[in-house]
Amino acid sequence: MPTSTASFLGAYNSVLPEVILVIGAMALLMAGAFLKGKNMLFISLAAFSILILAAVVLYMQGNGTTALFGGSFILDPFARLMKIVTLIAAALAVMMSYDFMSRANLWKYEFLVLILLATAGMMVMISANDLMALYLGIELQSLALYVIAAFNVNSERSSEAGLKYFVLGALSSGMLLYGASLIYGFTGATGFAEIASSIKTAGPSLGVVFGLAFLLVGLVFKISAVPFHMWTPDVYEGSPTPVTTFFSAAPKIAAMAMIIRVLYGAFPGITPQWQQIIVFVSIASMVLGAFAAIGQTNIKRLMAYSSIGHMGFALVGLAAGTQIGVQSVVIYMIIYAIMTLGTFACILAMRREEGPVENINDLAGLAKNDLTMAFLLSMLMFSLAGIPPLAGFFGKYYVLLAAIKADLVPLAIIGVLASVVGAYYYLRIIKIMFFDEAAEAFVPMHATLRSVLVASGLLVIGFLAYLGPLEAIAGAASKSLFN
Amino acid sequence: MLEVGLPHYLSVAAILFTLGIFGIFLNRKNVIVILMSIELMLLAVNINLVAFSAFQNNLTGQIFALFVLTVAAAEAAIGLAIVVVYYRNKGSIAVDDIHAMKG
Repeated sequence: MPTSTASFLGAYNSVLPEVILVIGAMALLMAGAFLKGKNMLFISLAAFSILILAAVVLYMQGNGTTALFGGSFILDPFARLMKIVTLIAAALAVMMSYDFMSRANLWKYEFLVLILLATAGMMVMISANDLMALYLGIELQSLALYVIAAFNVNSERSSEAGLKYFVLGALSSGMLLYGASLIYGFTGATGFAEIASSIKTAGPSLGVVFGLAFLLVGLVFKISAVPFHMWTPDVYEGSPTPVTTFFSAAPKIAAMAMIIRVLYGAFPGITPQWQQIIVFVSIASMVLGAFAAIGQTNIKRLMAYSSIGHMGFALVGLAAGTQIGVQSVVIYMIIYAIMTLGTFACILAMRREEGPVENINDLAGLAKNDLTMAFLLSMLMFSLAGIPPLAGFFGKYYVLLAAIKADLVPLAIIGVLASVVGAYYYLRIIKIMFFDEAAEAFVPMHATLRSVLVASGLLVIGFLAYLGPLEAIAGAASKSLFN
Repeated sequence: MLEVGLPHYLSVAAILFTLGIFGIFLNRKNVIVILMSIELMLLAVNINLVAFSAFQNNLTGQIFALFVLTVAAAEAAIGLAIVVVYYRNKGSIAVDDIHAMKG
């Protein structure tokens, strides 16, 4: 046991980012209470810096693997990469929320405290190496997210979004727990490594497979894949747009990382069993994401179906069950975060004098009013549709390649077909922006939104420039799961 | 004399859990009933965990159950708070009325 304070701190260095986030959240709570709702800019900047500081600390920690708290918390290159991406996505969401929240008179410091706590939950989810840590991470994240979904307390739609999210979220964590209890009962352990070795020696028992199916229900809910997607469109539409922005990137990355670690850390012994479930969920999500989005008129609701479809594609890589598959999922999630944050920068900028608008037809003739925004948004739409040489194409290319290498050819074909159908509604947005009669112009875009939009547009257009390094980083991260 | 073994506990838990799920889906009246059904599900899980723990002489399950109890309390508090906010806006907590957004 460490005796001096210095060595004690040294041993717990790996949880430093989580500690920074929770202490930061408490400090912001105090600061917010004492400043009595003034100094909005200062508190927003503080929240942004806390998230970036945690990411920098993670980056400085090098490439080692450490396990803490009896092996229930693990920090390996995979966790580090996914945590850094999650933190950056959360920080950008905080940055983009400032303008909208202050104009909508919704700016309250509790919003940022809840975002910090939710992000701390995501960090625990990514690092969880034990069913108990996994559950606590999920709940820390979800409880904060339920509240910020209902953050606009004067809006019926926002509180309805919060209520629906809460009820379905609680149902899914109940399922997850029931699965966890069965897995614990039939393997005698909650640690992922112990579960894996117990399955290896005793073979797959029916109880474990049954438990894993329940566990997957809870996990798949968090990435909003079909058939547990029902909450997504309503929560995306009803929540204030900055909240939707936050929902669309950071929690998805963290939940996907968590699913990867559960499946490859605890259940590599019964890959064929979970592969079937993942293949089904993946096909259903891709198809529903492609078809259900066609009739949408609200752009936030459209993005909800788009995200369901994209999660289906990411699961294609996961279904492969190989190291290349995991690598492709990591690349896909990073590209997805870049594209979705850029798109939401545009959605947050859809605002006229009388207030924010969120109808797709409000984008009509955007090219005549703001050519840069229209051009970058159309690049993002092309990328979401998967058109080369933009980033989205390579994301799809890697996951489909992984699926084909794992002999899942039918799955890859269905993926390509779904992506063709999905291209329709992305192209429709471009058509509305460039060829429809111009509507009233939006108010000028805030600098924070414009910088995020330009950065994500450039990253999407110039993807080929950093394809190599990204592939190497994702490869190193995925290797750490297969030792 | 019937001896109560692990299968009995698991059956009770499975029945309670199913009742909880049906309570959420078949209930058309009141959101509070949904909150009660969620509690029922979590308690079923606790019975499972404690029964496994007792019959395997392994304490982990009981610690897990304590965590679940704590989180369930926090979840109920947040759920009730959201229901109150919803009631203020809508003036009703009937499940049939929750349909401002569809599609």
